[in-house]
Amino acid sequence: MTCREFAEFLSDYVEGRLAPAVLVEFERHLAECPNCVSYLQNYQETIALGRAAFTELDAVVPREVPDDLVRAILQAIGRPPFSR
Amino acid sequence: MTKTSGPIGTAEAPQAPAALDPLDELTLLAAIRRGDQAACERLVQLYSPRLMSVARRLLGNEEDARDALQDAFISAFRGIAAFNGQSRLSTWLHRIVINSALMKLRSRRRRPEQSIETLLPTFLETGQHSEHFVEWLATGEVAMHQGQVKRLVRESIDRLPEIYRTVLLLRDIEELDTQETAQLLGVTPVTVKVRLHRARQALRTLLDAHLRGDS
Repeated sequence: MTCREFAEFLSDYVEGRLAPAVLVEFERHLAECPNCVSYLQNYQETIALGRAAFTELDAVVPREVPDDLVRAILQAIGRPPFSR
Repeated sequence: MTKTSGPIGTAEAPQAPAALDPLDELTLLAAIRRGDQAACERLVQLYSPRLMSVARRLLGNEEDARDALQDAFISAFRGIAAFNGQSRLSTWLHRIVINSALMKLRSRRRRPEQSIETLLPTFLETGQHSEHFVEWLATGEVAMHQGQVKRLVRESIDRLPEIYRTVLLLRDIEELDTQETAQLLGVTPVTVKVRLHRARQALRTLLDAHLRGDS
């Protein structure tokens, strides 16, 4: 397996979807290629950082949204029954 | 040697108002269908915060997120008679606001974008990488506060070309599966997988200069 092929299998690898025979080749390449070991670490960390990026305080779900927005939404939806 | 083949990521879920349990959702739904105005207001009050966060993540600005949220609730109330309860009400609303945000994205004037190709790894004729990679420092070791790292990541995601950013957000942040993402975007599951992989590789490139262990 080349580094190019290894890179193409990364997404399936981190999601546990590699076929067994491919996994063997993938792990063999990891054992032989320190550069791809680093790339894999970067790739996994990228996914983790992406998922964590929106949990900062200012991205935390507030308990309320502004009253004017709620009023605007209620005005826009009108009164029941709702027609298409 | 790093070795894992399972799901990864240790993100904390954003805080949210206490969700209704399934029985309370059904009770609220029944009241709305009876024409109970107070129930309609309760639905909006209860779910707006979480749905606003979703819209904000996809659209990147408050004004567009507000528009998308309003459109989403209009769509939801118009379709509420036909909602068959096969999914949770919260899940159904989540999908509607994502759809509303995607429509808003499509209506936006396209801004100049960097080609994804310039952000993907390159290879020699032998199939080896043409670049040398270094493992990144743990978040606590970089010369940046954790909040700064998160801001860097969000800004880097924002720099991705839109079709790749959207897939990354839907799959890795909103945690939709491949099939759902494909249906929402009107593309094949294979296209979703390819775009997600390229998006992750491109994001890696953007983050590398800041996080590599030899910087």
